[in-house]
Amino acid sequence: MYVAVKGGERAIDAAHAWLAEERRGDPAIPELTVAQIREQMALAVNRVMAEGSLYDPDLAALAIKQARGDLIEAVFLIRAYRTTLPRFGVSRPVDTAAMAVDRRVSATFKDLPGGQVLGPTFDYTHRLLDFALAAEGEVPPAPQAPARDEPVPHVTGLLDRDGLIEGQPRDDTPAPDLTRQPLELPASRALRLQALARADEGFTLSLAYSTQRGYGRTHAFVGELRIGRVAVQVDLPELGFAVEIGEVELTECDTVNQFKGSKTEPPQFTRGYGLVMGQSERKAISMSLVDRALRWQELGEDFTGAPAQDEEFVLSHCDNIQATGFLEHIKLPHYVDFQAELELVRRMRREAVQMQEAAE
Amino acid sequence: MSQPSPPETARRRDWISALAKAPPGRLAALLPDLPAHEMLRAPEIGTVMVQGRIGGTGAPFNLGEMTVTRCSVRLAGGAVGHACVQGRDKGHAARAALADALMQTDAAPRIEAQVLAPLRAEAAQVRASRAAKAAATRVEFFTMLRGEDA
Repeated sequence: MYVAVKGGERAIDAAHAWLAEERRGDPAIPELTVAQIREQMALAVNRVMAEGSLYDPDLAALAIKQARGDLIEAVFLIRAYRTTLPRFGVSRPVDTAAMAVDRRVSATFKDLPGGQVLGPTFDYTHRLLDFALAAEGEVPPAPQAPARDEPVPHVTGLLDRDGLIEGQPRDDTPAPDLTRQPLELPASRALRLQALARADEGFTLSLAYSTQRGYGRTHAFVGELRIGRVAVQVDLPELGFAVEIGEVELTECDTVNQFKGSKTEPPQFTRGYGLVMGQSERKAISMSLVDRALRWQELGEDFTGAPAQDEEFVLSHCDNIQATGFLEHIKLPHYVDFQAELELVRRMRREAVQMQEAAE
Repeated sequence: MSQPSPPETARRRDWISALAKAPPGRLAALLPDLPAHEMLRAPEIGTVMVQGRIGGTGAPFNLGEMTVTRCSVRLAGGAVGHACVQGRDKGHAARAALADALMQTDAAPRIEAQVLAPLRAEAAQVRASRAAKAAATRVEFFTMLRGEDA
């Protein structure tokens, strides 16, 4: 028998009204604007855009405000909003070699064309709390230096020239789309990268770390990490040609990993790849390590049972909206299900007692 | 990446891009008065799926979407303008489409001078300022003289 239960409406309305009040916090404290969040909480905004899989800093900032700073809740809001929008088209693949770099470092080569550019990084800070930030104040302008108008080629391209690293030849196989077709395994590398680009940063970080500790080790070096802006080109059917419609900030990581060779081919380095919306280097490095670990079959390596090598495990659990949806639903009313279980346990206990009595 | 194209197409591609990348408020300030027009497609918000390439150069994959707004207009004189701009600002898309249409009329020199030239100069300024800050963080390695080499 199924019994529908009503009666929660008044409580739910009151709960949401209180949520709005708690979200605002102490009214004596000035309210945050969406623009303030966008400008001053930029890395949170970037994370929400990357995992929400929608590049729009204003919307991500609004979602963060609405979610009271709960970034997974904010990602959820962005994903829900995205489903209401029509998709007008697909961009040309972005040209990351032509990126206007804010930051570009290589852990494998000291001297390289384009140089090591640190950019606005937390690296080399002392991680001491800066109490000066607790007081409001002007920030002195950042130093400037004459920019050299020179190309900043990919580091892996330099190794590729000598055949020391696996090539990544141009290929125009249409990309599968996780948001249009359900995930099917085995997944192509393109599909895995789409899933990882929107995957939870914490989950991806932990998996990547597990490979460094030996669970699917791939001996990764950061061949190159770059952050900057790339133009987005779209073919507009009404015009009949492609135009640049905007710019997005991206973080790209190319890892150089342990060798592969065979009887016919001399050993060469292999690669892992990470590309993430916004400035998000922890995620980009993690993504490239996990990408590389997932390639064990393609590269003829052994499956050691490591979680990061297990495509089904990684792809089925990396999405924090799927995960939180299933996880958190168990707190919602399950009265009928639980009633059935309760009946079952009572009957089993009754039968157990009867059997015991019969045996005595 | 893009095929060789006639100079007309290249010029139009260039101005459409400058209009699309303009900060909406700036475009509104530079193009305050809108000519008489008919909306062929009222500003509409949607997304474009942005793709990357595996390893930067290999097969394409879907990175994620970005919000865009598109619009098409026809001026009283018949010129048709199109726009597809980043973000969700309908006024931005409408102004960009109108400017595209105006650039195909006698008003082109005026729009070029009053709207496009300042937009291009400001975009170049923003880009140069970031590039200069990045250049200041470029590491200039030098080798310390070590004892055994002396």
